[in-house]
Amino acid sequence: MDATQLIHPLLALALAPLMAGIVNKTKSAFAGRNGPPVLQPYRDLWRLLHKGAVYSRTTSWILRAGPIVSLAAVVTALAMLPFGGTAAPLSFAGDLIVFAYLFGLVRFLMVAAALDTGSSFEGMGASREVTFSALAEPALLLALAALARMAGSPSLSGLLAGAVANPAVSIPVLLLAAAAVGIVLLAENARIPVDDPNTHLELTMIHEVMILDTSGPDLAFAGYAALLKQWAFAALLVGVLVPWRTGVLWADVALALAAMAAVAVGIGVVESTMARLRLVRVPQLLLAAVACAALAVVLVLR
Amino acid sequence: MDFWVNCLVVLIAMTNLRLLGSSRVVSCVHTVAFQGVLLGVLAIVGASGGLAAHGIVLAAVNIVLKGLVFPWLLMRALRETHLRREVEPAIGFGASMLLGVLLIGICLWIGSRLPLPVGVQASPLLVPAALFTLMVGLFMIVARRKALTQVVGYLSIENGITAFGLGFALKEALLVELGILLDAFMAVFVMGIIIFHISREFDHIDAGELSALKD
Amino acid sequence: MIVALILLPTFAAAAVLAIRSAAARRTLLVLVALGHAGLTAATFVRPAGPQLGGWLLLDPLGAVFLAILSLLFLTAALYGIGYLAREARRPTGLADEGFLATNQPEAVFTACLLMFLATMTLVTVSHNFGLLWVAVEATTLASAPLIYFHRQKRSLEATWKYLLVCSVGIAVALLGNFFLAIAVTEPDGRSIPLVLNDLLAAADQLDPTWLKATFLLFLVGYGTKMGLAPLHTWLPDAHSEAPSMVSALLSGALLNCAFLAILRILQVCSAAGLAGFAQPLLILFGLLSMSVAAVFIIRQDDFKRMLAYSSVEHMGLLALGVGLGGAATFGAMLHALNHSLTKGMLFLVAGNLLAAYRTKSVAGTGGAIRVLPVSGALWIAGILAICGSPPFGPFVSELAIIKAAFDQNATWVAVAVLSLLAVIFIGMAAAMLRMAYGAPPERLAAETRPREQACTFLPPLALAVLVLVLGVYVPPVVEDALRLAALALGGRQ
Repeated sequence: MDATQLIHPLLALALAPLMAGIVNKTKSAFAGRNGPPVLQPYRDLWRLLHKGAVYSRTTSWILRAGPIVSLAAVVTALAMLPFGGTAAPLSFAGDLIVFAYLFGLVRFLMVAAALDTGSSFEGMGASREVTFSALAEPALLLALAALARMAGSPSLSGLLAGAVANPAVSIPVLLLAAAAVGIVLLAENARIPVDDPNTHLELTMIHEVMILDTSGPDLAFAGYAALLKQWAFAALLVGVLVPWRTGVLWADVALALAAMAAVAVGIGVVESTMARLRLVRVPQLLLAAVACAALAVVLVLR
Repeated sequence: MDFWVNCLVVLIAMTNLRLLGSSRVVSCVHTVAFQGVLLGVLAIVGASGGLAAHGIVLAAVNIVLKGLVFPWLLMRALRETHLRREVEPAIGFGASMLLGVLLIGICLWIGSRLPLPVGVQASPLLVPAALFTLMVGLFMIVARRKALTQVVGYLSIENGITAFGLGFALKEALLVELGILLDAFMAVFVMGIIIFHISREFDHIDAGELSALKD
Repeated sequence: MIVALILLPTFAAAAVLAIRSAAARRTLLVLVALGHAGLTAATFVRPAGPQLGGWLLLDPLGAVFLAILSLLFLTAALYGIGYLAREARRPTGLADEGFLATNQPEAVFTACLLMFLATMTLVTVSHNFGLLWVAVEATTLASAPLIYFHRQKRSLEATWKYLLVCSVGIAVALLGNFFLAIAVTEPDGRSIPLVLNDLLAAADQLDPTWLKATFLLFLVGYGTKMGLAPLHTWLPDAHSEAPSMVSALLSGALLNCAFLAILRILQVCSAAGLAGFAQPLLILFGLLSMSVAAVFIIRQDDFKRMLAYSSVEHMGLLALGVGLGGAATFGAMLHALNHSLTKGMLFLVAGNLLAAYRTKSVAGTGGAIRVLPVSGALWIAGILAICGSPPFGPFVSELAIIKAAFDQNATWVAVAVLSLLAVIFIGMAAAMLRMAYGAPPERLAAETRPREQACTFLPPLALAVLVLVLGVYVPPVVEDALRLAALALGGRQ
């Protein structure tokens, strides 16, 4: 194994909270506030890790397993993503499906854990999460399929290798796939216009409401997993949108990191300028993502 | 050139999907206007072998009519009839969009079944794009209740056909091309008058209420 | 001469808008109708040459439809004198809805009527496919205000449906025109002009795939206007809500014009050797139309809608006849003539019934034979004729089509047509019997009812006589004209 292959996982583990910090800083800037420090997410995680966990007597091992397995699954998924010029530590034919379904596993466990508490609020969040992801998943898979078909490679490393063979076809396809992945990024990571990460009204939340009964280190794990998941989708988006390579390793990584920062700022801008959609309108947004991805597939296939 | 045609086709497909998904009449009108402009540009870009001078003039007139005049007429009708601004769909927005994706596939299939004769030079994506726009228009007429949105659907049909006609640089069919403009103009004009009458008679322009006549 | 046929009603339409006196307008309407009929007759005596570089040409096929149109318009115009005078006194519009409707200004109505004539004439003489399309589109725009003569909700609804459905159909036909333009493009990039005779001459050079697609689009597009099921949805509404004289023209002339447009592309397809593709489609649409009509005619309570569905049926029969080809083509041409005359007469009579009873319901129109002796008798004769009973014209033409089907071993088609005709006969005859012999409503049962006026029943009576004559004896002039038309479509005999 090449040592450079570890660059991306390490960067992700180290910088994912920073990304959330940048998003928050951007939102604060739009709102005219100072906002929390960029490093605040690290402090939050640190604080939570030093607390004890409280478990309701009605819960079982599922609630405890949820955050830990989620974190493990997300880290595995991260290992499949190439980043900048660096290759992914884990790469095989069809890994894009495993990639997509590792997030499916995360979702399953978080939903199961939420249902395990027996609270009606968490059940509601779980049902919303499942409804929306049923539409987000096809969008992601279709977009990945279009890219795979275009690159002629069945693995994430191949399809994000950055070769633009025929610009006439590939640029529209890349744009469509990026649009689809972008919407999925917002939906999967509980961002506005799908979900509001800052809301404290249980009735309207999706992701936050599912971890109401999680506390202490478990909450830290769940939160860290969510941050890593956001990093993973952002990295995927960067891989699609920034296919150029200089050939110099450090320059490529720096370019990709800059792009990640840009994505974080972009998320902040979207969250500041858009209102959260009504829940009934969310499926339409996701269907638009599906439509974009399907269009990309169709363009590639002809 | 291929690159621009592809980008335009993608944009057109996305405007069509937006037409299917938008829930406000105003955005429907704007979308169809934008679509008309895009198709006009596509006709100019997509007709290789050089568009004759009259073709460019027609495309330009077309862009002005579809992009400025019709939306203005429709928005005026919208203002004067004081109707509710929501599109009232007979088939939901989500289902409409899924159907739109399906239609894209069908149109591409039809396009592949109809190879252009040797003498005709144009982008192969022009046929599917025009057909898709046309079918979305048909769907809008069937699946939207307001008379105004049905007119939007009709315009979308007209857009698709116009793109087709202009795109293939039809040499001697000047009359037909003029026909399109006249037809669209007259039809929108007459439909506008009728919409005015409907709004006066029924106090709204919900074509779903036009259901006294049936068997 | 061809140009005069079109310009005469156009100028008259402009003039009508300027004339203040109602009597003068009605006189002008009749004078134009007479002039149009005279010019049409003259074209038979001395055939007119091509105009505008072959774009306008009166060939045998067009001549048949022009003659039908001219004759029917003349009758409708004569009927119109009495009709408009009656409407001006007492609008029949909102009889069903209980309050008085206003009518459209008569000047506008008459002008649109004349423009309708001009545009339909243009359809019959257009030999350029683009011009043909413009003409058919123009008939829609000219006739939409006619349907909205009675200013009320129901006719507004009918107008909206008519305008929208037909506009969409026409748009599809326009796409067909473009497909045709692609089909005529030769490998070196040059293209054959879209003029019928040029296309027929160069038919073997056309691209068959695109020509097939063209035929499909024309069939769907113009078929919408012709009222072929399942694209007929506008037809019953428009025919039942339009003033009766307009219904007569819509059914007897407009549907024929759309049919003619389909026949034009059929000519090209046949010349290109695609008759085997086109004709089964026509048979399919024909049978479908007849079936749909049969379903809706049974237990239909609105007698104008019943007549409208009967039009769907007969349009289906025409498509079927042409689809069968051979001797059936002649039958179809003869049937087009018979249907137009009979249906025109029936709608005019329906106008009389509507004026007297002020309802379109079959149940509310009992005892017509006592309340309106002449119109009632004409109604019975008309229904019998349109159902194909001897000794009327439609019997002869329907027989010709069915016999041709048997001769071509298309037995199942013939059997299907016969059984559908039987169903329709039962449905229409039941309604007719209830209307003619049922008990009249109390308001009209009294002996004080006014006598029928000659101007309301003479025009339909004249048509009835013609239909009867055609059933017994087809004059050689007519037969020759129809034979030539059938020949142009590739039919034998």
